[in-house]
Amino acid sequence: MQEIRQLEALEKYHVHFAEKLAGPVLASGVEILQLNVGKRCNLSCRHCHVEAGNERKEMMSGDILKRCLEVIRENSGITTIDITGGAPEMNPSVKGFIKDAAKIGRRLMVRSNLAILADEDYADYAEIYADNGVEIVASLPDCDEARADRQRGAGFFRKFIGVAERLNEMGYGKPGTGLLLNLVHNPVGAYLPALQKSIEEDYRTRLKSYHGLDFNALYCINNMPVGRYLDFLIASGNYEDYMQVLAEAFNPAALDNVMCRTMVSVAWDGTLYDCDFNQMLGLPVCPEHSRHIGSFDLKRLGNRPIALHNHCYGCTAGAGSSCQGSLD
Amino acid sequence: MTRNYYESGDLADFPNIAEHAQEQGKKFFDYYGASTSAGKLSEREKSLIALAVAMTQNCPYCIDAYTNKCLSLGIGEDEMMEAVHVGAAMMAGITLVHSTQMRKIIKKKAM
Repeated sequence: MQEIRQLEALEKYHVHFAEKLAGPVLASGVEILQLNVGKRCNLSCRHCHVEAGNERKEMMSGDILKRCLEVIRENSGITTIDITGGAPEMNPSVKGFIKDAAKIGRRLMVRSNLAILADEDYADYAEIYADNGVEIVASLPDCDEARADRQRGAGFFRKFIGVAERLNEMGYGKPGTGLLLNLVHNPVGAYLPALQKSIEEDYRTRLKSYHGLDFNALYCINNMPVGRYLDFLIASGNYEDYMQVLAEAFNPAALDNVMCRTMVSVAWDGTLYDCDFNQMLGLPVCPEHSRHIGSFDLKRLGNRPIALHNHCYGCTAGAGSSCQGSLD
Repeated sequence: MTRNYYESGDLADFPNIAEHAQEQGKKFFDYYGASTSAGKLSEREKSLIALAVAMTQNCPYCIDAYTNKCLSLGIGEDEMMEAVHVGAAMMAGITLVHSTQMRKIIKKKAM
């Protein structure tokens, strides 16, 4: 019901995304397999498109994870395994998956809120990540404690900093170690981020001078009008203005590099989507015969038309935005 | 339908102000871009200066544009408010320092 309600809200924006396009947007292969391993999370962030939280029960099973591993082994063109959630660490099958996936020798990344590693039940993930060469992509919406906590919940910032310090001591974020700690910035409100380069310089200066922290790169991500963020936009009276800002900043060149063109997103139940946002809106991939990881068909998926809706303005505004930051 | 001299939607017309005078308009935008982008001062510092000027000049377009720009740059509400106080203090000081002219005249003319 929530998916239908959200799609109806997106439908209300008067300039449909499809009107901006000359034709369908086609995938150009599958290089990234993104696994949303569950919606359970230690945080309940106010902008979360997954609407994740501690009460969520959806969790990818060990069998689905095994099937994902088979698909990755069978398809050498999949060069990146991208684990996301919720908090991926809260899925008990993920530890084993990481160890098995690392043996295949592809780029292995996990999107973590880091605060979860401050909990002693999950603290061992730091070593698991380091031992298996996992690239960590950690969300930090702002370098200011009050603003970061405003979006992610009270106490988040201090936990994040504490865990990041520990990761730095292990070599994460330090040059020459091969252990990558990349951060994600997204606005704490109804506006778009400035240029990635500018924000990255500010993060580097502030985190180093105030907390002694190092990181490799900063990804700037637009907040997508999906999930709790869409609810916030509507409730705060910002929906029309935000969509207009996105639509006015539409950049056709960004379409060449949007992540959905080279990615397939696997939901907790094995259903395949073009991206995590389509997943939350209930818009599965177009090829009906390959809509589940159990029937993954690279040939059909590699040139599929992407399912589009008005939230796609979020990835094509200005320099563009993706789960790996701006596209310029 | 209410009509106002200042419409928020008119901010989108800013790129069109070169209409009827293209050459001067282009020169202005070149100058504007060069002056407001990062140089020895950072984009953050320049945006806070622009925000303070916008306040002192009571320009709703500039206040809208530079509040959003400051937010996008991750500048805090407290930092923005400090910039506004710099502008306010300057305006107060500028007003008060002109009392010199008044006081000089008073001193000269009063018995």
